[in-house]
Amino acid sequence: MTLNQVAFIILAVIALLGAIGVVFLKSPVRSALSLVINFITLGMVYFMLGNQMLGIAQIVVYAGAIMVLFLFVIMILRSQHPEEDTSLWKDRRFVFGLLGGALVVALIYNFVIQPTQSIYGAEFDRSYGSPQAIGQTFFTQYVYPFEIISVLLLLGVVGSIMLAKRKF
Amino acid sequence: MLNILHQFPLAAVHDEIPLAAFLGLSLAMFALGSLGVLIRKNPVVVFMCIELMLNAVNLSFLSFASYPTASVAARDPFASAMAGQSMVICVMAIAAAEVAVGLGIIMAIFRYRNQVDVDDMNTMRG
Repeated sequence: MTLNQVAFIILAVIALLGAIGVVFLKSPVRSALSLVINFITLGMVYFMLGNQMLGIAQIVVYAGAIMVLFLFVIMILRSQHPEEDTSLWKDRRFVFGLLGGALVVALIYNFVIQPTQSIYGAEFDRSYGSPQAIGQTFFTQYVYPFEIISVLLLLGVVGSIMLAKRKF
Repeated sequence: MLNILHQFPLAAVHDEIPLAAFLGLSLAMFALGSLGVLIRKNPVVVFMCIELMLNAVNLSFLSFASYPTASVAARDPFASAMAGQSMVICVMAIAAAEVAVGLGIIMAIFRYRNQVDVDDMNTMRG
């Protein structure tokens, strides 16, 4: 086993533990912190794939900006919300849901993971993931999606201010 | 120490790890996220699980983009890598806007009803 494989396995295990923590920890603050762990580890996986720009964006945007918003809302709502019970193993619907989920996972494994198991990459040029390449692409080839993203973000800002200022 | 660092060449990642490993990680994260959306009652945690699913999709976009042999545009790996990365940036922007508006809605519901539980939010029932 090479060092790259060891590094990937360590990162994948940490990311999966973070994801499990988000779903199964009772306190919302602990869920948020394990989501931060998951995001940072995923940024490392992006670096490993050679996408430096998106790894940085992942850490800055997700682990920085979005999680701060989550933690603020949790802080405001926290005193009102009792800790919930996530042990649903006794519920019969949950067992059926688990069976359905296992079916979907088996289908995806059969039709996606199995065929790609022997696919290895050719040489991946490291400069493809650089900020320069992404900026150049966004201002030439993908300029309309870029403008649409800008309008969407503006709408998000205006909409959240509307929701915050309105008196019910 | 420097010797160890020299054994991490980036080009070798794609030779030593198959595409299926990254897709499997993405699949597991998406499954955990959808499970959380279904079983959690706190809407903030439901939003976190939606973020988890969006990140799983981002990971599969990026892994397909950086394994050019697997994509349709195998003859133009630069175009395929750029298509995947710009899609991921779109998803990130949409996630940011969605979180801002969604958490605003949760706060508005909280101010209106003084409690937030997704099982009790049924005032829009037709």
